[in-house]
Amino acid sequence: MAAERLLEVEELKVSFVTEDGIVYAVDGVSFTLDRGEVVAIVGESGSGKSVTVMTLMGLTRGPNSRFEGSARLRDRDLITASEAELRRIRGKEIAMIFQDPISSLSPVHRIGDQIVEQIRAHEDISKAAAFDRAVELMERVGIPRARDRARAFPHEFSGGMRQRAMIAMALSLSPSVLIADEPTTALDVTIQAQILEEVKQLRQDSESGVIFVTHDLGVVADIADRVIVMYAGRVVEQGTLDEIFYDPQHPYTWGLLGSVTRMDRDPPRRLPAIPGQPPSLVHPPQGCHFRPRCPHEFEHCAEVPPLEARVPEAPDHLDRCWLEVADKRARREVEGRIGLGTGSVVA
Amino acid sequence: MTATERADAAPQTDGQPPLIDVSHLKLYFPIKQGVLIDRTIGHVHAVDDVSLELKEGQTLGIVGESGCGKSTLARCMVRLLEPTSGRLCFRGRDITHLGRKDLKPVRREVQLVFQDPVSSLNPRKRVGQIVGTPMRLHGMDKDKVVPRVRELLERVGLNPEHLNRFPHEFSGGQRQRIGVARALAVDPRLIVLDEPVSALDVSIQAQVINLLDDLQDDFGLSYIFIAHDLSVVRHVSDQTAVMYLGKVMELAPARELYTKPIHPYTEALLGAIPIPDPEENRARERLVIGGEPPNPIDPPSGCRFHTRCPRATDVCKQLEPPLAAYPGGHLAACHHPLNVTDEEIAAATYSRLSPESAGRLMPNGKEATDEDAPGTAETDRVASGQSSE
Repeated sequence: MAAERLLEVEELKVSFVTEDGIVYAVDGVSFTLDRGEVVAIVGESGSGKSVTVMTLMGLTRGPNSRFEGSARLRDRDLITASEAELRRIRGKEIAMIFQDPISSLSPVHRIGDQIVEQIRAHEDISKAAAFDRAVELMERVGIPRARDRARAFPHEFSGGMRQRAMIAMALSLSPSVLIADEPTTALDVTIQAQILEEVKQLRQDSESGVIFVTHDLGVVADIADRVIVMYAGRVVEQGTLDEIFYDPQHPYTWGLLGSVTRMDRDPPRRLPAIPGQPPSLVHPPQGCHFRPRCPHEFEHCAEVPPLEARVPEAPDHLDRCWLEVADKRARREVEGRIGLGTGSVVA
Repeated sequence: MTATERADAAPQTDGQPPLIDVSHLKLYFPIKQGVLIDRTIGHVHAVDDVSLELKEGQTLGIVGESGCGKSTLARCMVRLLEPTSGRLCFRGRDITHLGRKDLKPVRREVQLVFQDPVSSLNPRKRVGQIVGTPMRLHGMDKDKVVPRVRELLERVGLNPEHLNRFPHEFSGGQRQRIGVARALAVDPRLIVLDEPVSALDVSIQAQVINLLDDLQDDFGLSYIFIAHDLSVVRHVSDQTAVMYLGKVMELAPARELYTKPIHPYTEALLGAIPIPDPEENRARERLVIGGEPPNPIDPPSGCRFHTRCPRATDVCKQLEPPLAAYPGGHLAACHHPLNVTDEEIAAATYSRLSPESAGRLMPNGKEATDEDAPGTAETDRVASGQSSE
């Protein structure tokens, strides 16, 4: 697919100075986003997935933040762009949907007015015309009786409807990049399914690129074209959807895939868990960050493995693990499925 | 042991009253309006005629969308809330309207673990105090408290040396372990787990669920496990109840429910869960139900799901279906059941767990008579367990 490249993030590093020391929240993230593509960023809390996307929106700037690397949206660098420039880009070219719609909508303004405000901040049109556009957008994302509902306040909406309103707002200026940060985590599965259909539809209609942040591998399997797995600030693996699910190269990815409960299968006797806790980002472990929790760790792991292609037949499938590919394929087999394993190869 | 094996191996409790026996439980919250004098202008039908039973050592899973009444039901079942009507028995003793004093011995046997491990632990108290307080409240000797706290912390996988730390010094998964330790402090028989892992990361979820599993085996605990994540509930529960707008739509052994959902609502819930496997996901036909649950102040007539149900017909609008007991201890309240053969429909019997407001029209088109009602049929007995009255 020779699609147009929208976003190119290169060696992005974000750190925050805190009282306890410097927190390396994002430590070298590189990826690209093409038009019409959904890239999922997966990881646990504290893996740096939200900080990555918030940095793209310029939302992590502050006196204690440090940035390195670049994030190019077409020909502009989002990291070095001035606040004034960012204000023109945000909403119009790159928009974001947040996890918690109740705290990201203003409680004292009507939903429709909040959408109108965003439209009028970027375009010179009348209030009435902007309101009509807001109603149209709300209809498009499946809000019934949109003209009446546009006059309602956020507290009068249900969780699912609020999230739809957020999506309508994000779409109001047809941005080329849409960032969704855990947009369905707070919703019921039935509503989640509706919202995911909405996002898929949107990708087809508007041909924007979507960055979808989530910790739910089921959602990833449903929606993503490519997947980035993050752990403790670093990308540990990235590849196409099928590469990540059927030929995962990093033990952390195995652990994630192994610990997912599946309702279409008989449950295993015990749920495979990843032992231990994610590391502190102030004092991360030497070398590979996953090392303290990894049953496969060996001497070489004290050195940080570079993110590179290790599977000969897949040049775009990158990972950060020193193990040999054939060795990995043997180690990740656990009772007929992929799992973290025990560190020894089962004969 | 898996959930199903556990169900089979459960000790015969016939002749012994079940741990919790709920019949026709209702809880309506009044809505008040008025300037000087509050007038009740309506009721939220949070729990609307639910009958269930929980046996010693078993796990009852309750699933449903937000607002379906699953948390309210669980809180009612352990008398944190007083039911509007119906009957609630704990070990055969009627506790429906007991006062605070009389409830104290019950409180000791019933503990809760909440969803949010941040807001359910007092940030100003040390872990040792948090876990030790229930013991002191229930009259344990002071010098026995600290050793017991250490023992419990160790049991739930925390370092006993950490008893002087504050909750904020722990990660989410560890905080949830503190919550579990506090629940265990007074040797309860039943723990109500209200979305205990929803706020945790996937890899940590598995750790906590395994811990709960072990504790159940070691202490012979019973659980009421509430979650909106059906795959987690499948793993832990023996029986699973699916709720919608305050009513039980389906009640079945966990495995049955997932492999053979009878109620269209259950099917829709299961279908809405994305499968973490790209190929299977692409191959799957998904039934996405539209809309949201209706307002519980003014629930729809007939079957409450008819406004969103793809199979709804006129009868669903007019007549509330009773819970029909299918073979295998599988109860479902639907006029147009899925995944059952004609023979199974013909063999279905009227379950006594049905709401009083439900009609007697069975899915086979016949009217159930009163003689059918007592749980004489084997299927009904297995499902409801209400044999010993």
